Amino acid sequence: MASTEEIRTDLAEIVNDIAGVAAEDVQLDKSFVDDLGVDSLSMVEIIYACEDKFGVSIPDEDAKNLKTVGDAVAYIERAQN
Amino acid sequence: MALKTSTGAEYARIMSVGGARGSRVVSNEEMCTLIDSTPEWIQQRTGITERHWVAEGEDVETLGIEAAGKAIERAGLQPSDIDAILVSTVSHYQQTPSLACILAGQLGLGAPAAFDISGACAGFCYGVCLAESMVRSGSAKHVLVIGAETLSRYTDFSDRSTAFLFSDGAGAVVVGPSDVPAIGPTVWGSKPEAARVIEIDDWRQVNPSVEGPFIHMEGREVFKWATTAIVDKAVEALSASGLTPEELDCFIPHQANNRITDSMLRHLKLPEDVVVSRDIIRMGNSSAASIPLAMEALLESGQAKSGDSALIIGFGAGLVFAGQTVILP
Repeated sequence: MASTEEIRTDLAEIVNDIAGVAAEDVQLDKSFVDDLGVDSLSMVEIIYACEDKFGVSIPDEDAKNLKTVGDAVAYIERAQN
Repeated sequence: MALKTSTGAEYARIMSVGGARGSRVVSNEEMCTLIDSTPEWIQQRTGITERHWVAEGEDVETLGIEAAGKAIERAGLQPSDIDAILVSTVSHYQQTPSLACILAGQLGLGAPAAFDISGACAGFCYGVCLAESMVRSGSAKHVLVIGAETLSRYTDFSDRSTAFLFSDGAGAVVVGPSDVPAIGPTVWGSKPEAARVIEIDDWRQVNPSVEGPFIHMEGREVFKWATTAIVDKAVEALSASGLTPEELDCFIPHQANNRITDSMLRHLKLPEDVVVSRDIIRMGNSSAASIPLAMEALLESGQAKSGDSALIIGFGAGLVFAGQTVILP
C-alpha cells in the first residue's frame, strides 16, 4: 500500500498537470478551492485522474465532500484498503 | 492519405412490425358530445367511425415502448441488438432530450445511436429511408424505426373541421440486413411553399406570459462524460477512418466549453501541428450549429484549407454523440 506521502506526491502531480498549481503547494491542509484556486471543472478532472491513477472509485456524492488535499488523500487511502 | 468509409449489407429489409393504440376508444357519438357535429357527417366525410386516444397513464412514451417491444421480439432480436433508434414524432413535449433517447433507456437498448426526426405524417417513411441507408452503408445493423403520436393532445375542440380526425398510437419496425432486395428506392420530397398548411401552434404564442421552457444541465456530469467517454469516441472516429494522428490536419470538436476542448486535447495527445478549433471564444456554444460554424471559420481564416482532414465530433443532450473524420470542402 502506498503511504500517505506517496499518495500526496502523486496527487500533487495530478493537480499540477490539470490545474497548473505548483506541486509543492499541494499540502494536506490546503483547500482545493480556497487555497489552491482549483475550480469545479478542474476538480472533476482531478477526481477522474485520481480514479485512474490510484485504481479507486470516487462517486460524485463523495467527491463533493473532498474539500482539502488531506480529505482526498485520506479517502484514497481508505478506498485502497 | 486515403479515408476509409463504412460498408454494410448489400440489401436491407423490414424484419418485423409492432403497434400500440391508445386504449380509450372514442366513438363518433362521444365525439359529438365534444364538438358540434353528427356521427353521420363525420363518417360520411372521413370514413371514421371511432378512434383511439390515450387513457389515463398512457402517453407517447408508453405507446412507443409497447410498439417497439413487439417489433424487437418479432424480429427475434434482443434489445441490445438494436444499434440505432430513430423516432418520428411531433407529440414529444421536449425539444431535447429526444424521445428516441428516452425510449432507448426504457427499452434497455444499451447505447444505440438515437435521434428524433420531424417528418409529421411522412415521418415513418422518412425513417425507413434513413434506416435502409444506414444498414446498407454500415453505420448501423439493426435500426428501430418508430412513429409515435398522441395527437389528441393537440386537438382543438372548437375546430369542427379537424377535431374528429386525430388519434393516438405508435408503430415500430426493425430494419436490418437482407440477402435479397426488400426496400425499394425512396421517392421523397416536400412542398416548402405550403409549409404552414398543416401546423401545430408556435408554443411562444400559446401563452406569451409563460416564460420558458428553459435549458437545464448538470454541468459536472456532462463535463466528465465529455472528457472521458467522448475522448474515446473521438479516437475511434479517427482510427475508423484509417488516418493516423500524424495525418490529421484539424480537430473540430463541438464547441461546448473551451475547457472540455482543453481536457480532450490532454487525453487525445494529438500532434502539436493539428489545428484545433476554438470558435467558442467569440461565439459561445451554438449546439448543432457549432461544428459547421467552426469549420467555416477555420477555412475563412486560412488556418485550414480545402482538402485538409478534420476530426469532428458532436455530443450533447440525450446524451448522444456522433463523430467522423472528413476532408474539408
